[in-house]
Amino acid sequence: MTTALHDFTLAQQSEALAAGTTTSVALTQHALSRIQAHSHLGAFLHVDAEAALAAAAASDARRAAGQPLSALDGVPIAHKDIFVTQGMPTTAASKMLKGYQSPFDATVVAKLKAAGVVNVGKLNCDEYAMGGANENSAYAKALNPWDTSRIPGGSSGGSAVAVAARLVAATTGTDTGGSIRQPAALTGITGIKPTYGRCSRYGMIAFASSLDQAGPMARTAEDCALMLQAMSGFDERDATSAQQAVPDFVAALNTPRPGATAEKPLNGLRVGVPKEFFGDGVSADVLAATRAALAQLQSLGATLVDISLPRTELSIPVYYIIAPAEASSNLSRFDGVKFGHRAAKYGDGNVDKLNDMYRQTRAEGFGPEVKRRIMIGTYVLSHGYYDAYYMQAQKLRRMIADDFQAAFKVCDVIAGPVAPSVARAIGSQTDPVAEYLADIFTLPASLAGLPGMSVPAGFGEGNLPVGLQLIGNYWQEAGLLHTAHAFQQATDWHLRAPASLA
Amino acid sequence: MALTSSDVSRIAQLARLALREDESAAMLVQLNGFFEIVEQMRAVDTAGVEPLYTPLSAIEDVTLRLREDVVSEPNNREANMANAPAQDAGLFLVPKVIE
Repeated sequence: MTTALHDFTLAQQSEALAAGTTTSVALTQHALSRIQAHSHLGAFLHVDAEAALAAAAASDARRAAGQPLSALDGVPIAHKDIFVTQGMPTTAASKMLKGYQSPFDATVVAKLKAAGVVNVGKLNCDEYAMGGANENSAYAKALNPWDTSRIPGGSSGGSAVAVAARLVAATTGTDTGGSIRQPAALTGITGIKPTYGRCSRYGMIAFASSLDQAGPMARTAEDCALMLQAMSGFDERDATSAQQAVPDFVAALNTPRPGATAEKPLNGLRVGVPKEFFGDGVSADVLAATRAALAQLQSLGATLVDISLPRTELSIPVYYIIAPAEASSNLSRFDGVKFGHRAAKYGDGNVDKLNDMYRQTRAEGFGPEVKRRIMIGTYVLSHGYYDAYYMQAQKLRRMIADDFQAAFKVCDVIAGPVAPSVARAIGSQTDPVAEYLADIFTLPASLAGLPGMSVPAGFGEGNLPVGLQLIGNYWQEAGLLHTAHAFQQATDWHLRAPASLA
Repeated sequence: MALTSSDVSRIAQLARLALREDESAAMLVQLNGFFEIVEQMRAVDTAGVEPLYTPLSAIEDVTLRLREDVVSEPNNREANMANAPAQDAGLFLVPKVIE
């Protein structure tokens, strides 16, 4: 039995291209027809078949001419619609940016383009990346391919759906408080949020600038390594881009740890298990799958170490003060003057016309969750409240980051659940504050700026996927990918596909 | 110390958001619900703790990078203005502010 083209991982596509058993045009055409056949999943906001096929043909021509090619040359991928792209609309899933055409490419987009990837289109997400269910997109809901009555998670929901449904093998996502890890967990794929500063934020529509990071989503750790390799690196156009050497993530996958054996590739690895991640708030099915995954790591040679991250619960108010504060500032640029929507009607009566143009434009352009966060952020930054809320949150943020550094004295990686439960039903959560609480396990690493991953770790209620979260110390993405890769050599959770999408 | 509807109007004005009456009412309930979970944070003693404005300063000194003060971007005015809702002769147009 031959493997269908859409079941090929990114690495397998790369090998097939190198071996000449397929072409970029064939892979791209196949992806385009699958995207069309599964358009009801709402993964894409924009598909550009013509540009994709032209880029594929150009890749095939480069290969035929014998040019040196990157491992990703010719593979079809897609970008979260938070990354600006030349020649394609960029909306951030907001009505505010309907029809917006960027005059430049985001650095991550440009880097992947330079590596020869074929961009087939733009992926659905929560408006301005604010949400955890993809229900805040102004354009379309995205459906979980494992059960289309369920959310795929968010905010990188379309990115997760496209990979889980095998429309493309890899996508880009962004993670501010869990927006790569949580949808990856809920759709049974692999995703990594690198260390803050690893990937350029230039051209990523800003939500919370001290938290936003780009990262890849794919089925395997190996594919994430291939993508992250091309996405990483210093960029002078991002003020917080780190001047940090980028290791060979792909080579690191198979570089044995000191003391490793074939059966025990994780010998010597100390896995910290934070007790706060295994409390009453986690559903029984997620707990069972997570504990089984920890036992699997043990059987691969890792040692489990009990640790404590005592301020885990406080990370919710801390994050939901800091992120909206930064959002209210970042989103002040959407004023109906330089780009984006402008209200048709304003200045009724004898009011300040310019001021009212701003107010009506923003009222029409932003959705309810974005407005809520702008309101929270504006309030906590306003005169008389700044110290009590914003400053206090930033101090607690340091205490949370310090807790991690204390934990990393006794362990190499931290493991636990990504989300407290499997994917909920679409439309089943109407209380926005209750929705914030579900981010509890992804927020701490975000606040600290640490790299974090979600790795498929089994199934829970309703046969829905569960993700194992791995958190590493600063710049330790290679270690996370190595651990995840070893786990995936011993398990097949990441290879499972929704039955309806074979 | 719950927010009142006049607080909501004041914040909405600062944020340049025109909220309908029903939106304001819902916003008041939601903001107060949110600030309930914030109370636990306000109670923590953080005396002497330095705020962490950017994450890597948890482990190292982070200083803002400076670049040479030279022109680095080409003139790209037309492309940069192509998305403007109203423009004329290379200028962004806004409603008249001085009668």
